[in-house]
Amino acid sequence: MGDHEVEALLRVADSCLVLAQRLTGWCGHAPALEEDIALANVALDVLGQARGLLTRAGELEAAGRDEDALAYLRDAPDFRNLLLVEQPNGDFAHTMLRQFLFDAWAVELWPELASSTDPVIAGIAGKAAKEAAYHLRHSAGWVERLGDGTDESHRRMLASLEDLWPYAGEAFLDDDVDRAAAEAGLAPLPSSLLAGWRARVEAVLTESTLPVPPDPWWQRGGRQGRHTEQLTRLLAEMQVVHRAYPGARW
Amino acid sequence: MSSPRDTVRDAWDLLGQVPDPELPTVSVVDLGIAREVAVDGQRVVVTITPTYSGCPAMREIEHDVRAALAGRFAVVEVRIVLSPPWTTDWITPQGRARLTRSGIAPPGVRLLPLLTGDRPAACPRCGSATVEELSGFGSTACKALWRCLACREPFDYVKAH
Repeated sequence: MGDHEVEALLRVADSCLVLAQRLTGWCGHAPALEEDIALANVALDVLGQARGLLTRAGELEAAGRDEDALAYLRDAPDFRNLLLVEQPNGDFAHTMLRQFLFDAWAVELWPELASSTDPVIAGIAGKAAKEAAYHLRHSAGWVERLGDGTDESHRRMLASLEDLWPYAGEAFLDDDVDRAAAEAGLAPLPSSLLAGWRARVEAVLTESTLPVPPDPWWQRGGRQGRHTEQLTRLLAEMQVVHRAYPGARW
Repeated sequence: MSSPRDTVRDAWDLLGQVPDPELPTVSVVDLGIAREVAVDGQRVVVTITPTYSGCPAMREIEHDVRAALAGRFAVVEVRIVLSPPWTTDWITPQGRARLTRSGIAPPGVRLLPLLTGDRPAACPRCGSATVEELSGFGSTACKALWRCLACREPFDYVKAH
């Protein structure tokens, strides 16, 4: 198994892991108890997906790193997540729009990964596909409710859209790593997921009385290890206990 | 001397007494989490499957399965498999009845996929079909929170998955 394949796997695994960490930040802070529980539940699913993929990436890498070593002992430039998921939570509208843009990608990605030539990845993806569909139902529902809600909720959703939209397209930009993984049958080519994502996002934004922004120059680099400063802060919090007490056991 | 078939049945019987940590009114067999049992002499291999990717109870289930079989078999091996992915279709009729008796609606009717979801067939307390969703997420990964419009009681619902 070549480095390219491990790298391609980390791009998905890290996106799930970083999003899970962001969502966990809502625990005890969401606007209603039901939503607090919902965000924690989504975080748990996405974290479970990340754990499975990180474990597999460690096995394929064959350098003796397990899921904990990959999650807790890498620095920001070693992370391969989408820039979208490292963006701070902002308000509830911001978090829900980020989630929706992610979920709309995930429901395209997982069914494709479910036919990966790697049976372990296919197994993880088969479960994740069902979970992502449920998450999308929740996040799309909130984008619609807030977009087509009060003047205030519409204003906040619009501001979130302006803020997050430039990060939305990175998931669909191919590079040599992606092409190698696609050739090996390990993962789909990112650009092949764009049409389905776009159709769904446009439909939901329109239903939400939100404009579909024109394509900007998509912010990019997260999948190659070039991140915004937001990731460093997130990792500092996520990794501090593990690094302060290396090898500690309950 | 018991036959191999008897020992397999023994293993299933013991597994049937292992409660799910988060839904203790049903067993890991009722929920379809215990998928396979293979016995070779004094060695038993149990295959289990997680309900959701992030199910935090998985390690506890593995521990409980091991503990339940340890008195009967010298070697207990627990294998975790993801594929085929767990579905609520594997919950047994007995499991569904037990859920209902404890006030939890079993998985109901699947509507069209994705944005429409699924709904419980009836309120587990009064049997009324006039129910509405309060929240798509509940106290565990596998449940949602609904309420009955007839008896006005809220109830947990195991989502069709």
